[in-house]
Amino acid sequence: MSDKILMKGNEAIAEAAIIAGCRHYFGYPITPQTEIAAYMAKKMPKIGGTFLQAESEIAAINMVYGVASAGKRVMTSSSSPGVSLKGEGLSYLAGSDLPSLIVNVQRGGPGLGGIQPSQSDYFQSTRGGGHGDYHMIVLAPASVQEMAELTVKGFELADTYRMTSMILADGTMGQMMEPVNLDLDVKPAHEKPWATTGTQMAREHNIVNSLSLVPEELEELNFKRYDRYKVIEENETMFEEYKVEDADIVLAAFGIAARVSKNAVDEARKMGIKAGLIRPITLWPFPKAPFKAAAEHAKAFISVELNMGQMIEDVILATESKCPVTLCNRAGGMIPDPKQVLNSIIEVNGGMK
Amino acid sequence: MKYKRLTILCGHYGSGKTNIAVNMAYDLRAQRDNVAVADLDIVNPYFRTKDSQKDFEERGIRLICSDFASSNVDLPSMPADLYSITDDHSLSVILDIGGDDRGAYALGRLRDAILTENDYDMYMVVNQYRPLTPDAQSTLEVMGEIEAACGIPFTGIINNSNIARETTAQDVLDTVDYANEVGKRSGLPVVCTTVEDRLYDELKDKLSPIFSLQLQAKLI
Repeated sequence: MSDKILMKGNEAIAEAAIIAGCRHYFGYPITPQTEIAAYMAKKMPKIGGTFLQAESEIAAINMVYGVASAGKRVMTSSSSPGVSLKGEGLSYLAGSDLPSLIVNVQRGGPGLGGIQPSQSDYFQSTRGGGHGDYHMIVLAPASVQEMAELTVKGFELADTYRMTSMILADGTMGQMMEPVNLDLDVKPAHEKPWATTGTQMAREHNIVNSLSLVPEELEELNFKRYDRYKVIEENETMFEEYKVEDADIVLAAFGIAARVSKNAVDEARKMGIKAGLIRPITLWPFPKAPFKAAAEHAKAFISVELNMGQMIEDVILATESKCPVTLCNRAGGMIPDPKQVLNSIIEVNGGMK
Repeated sequence: MKYKRLTILCGHYGSGKTNIAVNMAYDLRAQRDNVAVADLDIVNPYFRTKDSQKDFEERGIRLICSDFASSNVDLPSMPADLYSITDDHSLSVILDIGGDDRGAYALGRLRDAILTENDYDMYMVVNQYRPLTPDAQSTLEVMGEIEAACGIPFTGIINNSNIARETTAQDVLDTVDYANEVGKRSGLPVVCTTVEDRLYDELKDKLSPIFSLQLQAKLI
């Protein structure tokens, strides 16, 4: 037998969460991520876990808050409009320094939008998602295998840094079927001495709360949180480089856009244009270093996105404006095809001569 | 393949029903006039038989399908001409049913007419490489749930075990025992093994009966 099984991206997230020890899932159905909830509904009762279809996304995220407070691995999932509803809860999780995993299988927006794939929640995810000064760790898978691996990674990072990890996928990643190896590397869970698990009359009460009425103390909490973010930025960035070493034109793309871009890089190379690709896997922390390094030899960057141009701002910041950065995009649920990306490479390359 | 008037494809979510339905429709059209494909999927708004509409038109195959299929209107709905499946006995139909028991509820509406006429086959499409049907026991559970939901007994098993484009001939051969076990324990014949066309030559002498599939889905 093959050591792989055939899974949808959404199913891979659900199964990987279970493998990572998650036994609590709260959600509300929305296309294109409903298979996560459906999978959890089938599997959780068989393994002594909890699947609960909440009355709304807002209820689901607050159930996540409750389980996270008790120190257990917990997740919820939704798609763009549903994640907006979770915004308040995301902020409260951050304000209480609680670990959790949130999945956003994005669809076209704004508003209710459509049900086709999109990457237009990049700003929302990488800048926090709710109110207040905070970040989430944002992971962007580009295959069904990575959907599984980054789910495990997301739980581990969340526990290590006591914060929310978000899987930022899109409709294609959620719906596509690919072979997956589920022999995943899961590290032992962290001790959580802060969790509200009952004192047994043997210790002081643990308090999990995001309310802090003394401004000096609240400022100090924010400072400490950002010290932690600094450590994450230094240690946890992930990215893939493809033919970047000698590239004149460097593409920046994540998720499905990176798969399309890789094909375009190969086509451009066949035409004698030195193209390459940097694929951020962590969108926050954004992998600035490879962009800064590539800007030393590249003539131009192209940000390929399924939105009106959001990651491009991080590319401009990371390259410190040393090279021109242009946008190659589709929006509203459309996907750029390799030809469009190739034309963009040819155009930018021609403009450089 | 030999076909009754109605060929119903049920199975676990993502087991490959739609690809098989499309290919069976081509095969059936080569044998008969007046062929239709009926898309009764109320579960999944994506990857529908409607995606092959142009091919069907060119080959003279009628598509019985909700106006909202593949339209991005995420609305579980039945085709307006649903009852021509059971009323028009001159029509030969391949029925593509949504996954699991949730999908099979839609079929239940036609149960009385299908059982009264009794000119149908209902196949359980199985893929051992899907995470929730890795063995005979779990597959039989899904079969039981589907039969309970639609009220129609299965008549055979189709082994569609695969891991998409990475599937090797050996990967298919490794699932023969599983399919036979499902057949034995359900008391039903394994009517065929379906394989992607690129594997057909390698497997045609090793598996009988075998049915070759041209894949509908796009790869990125």
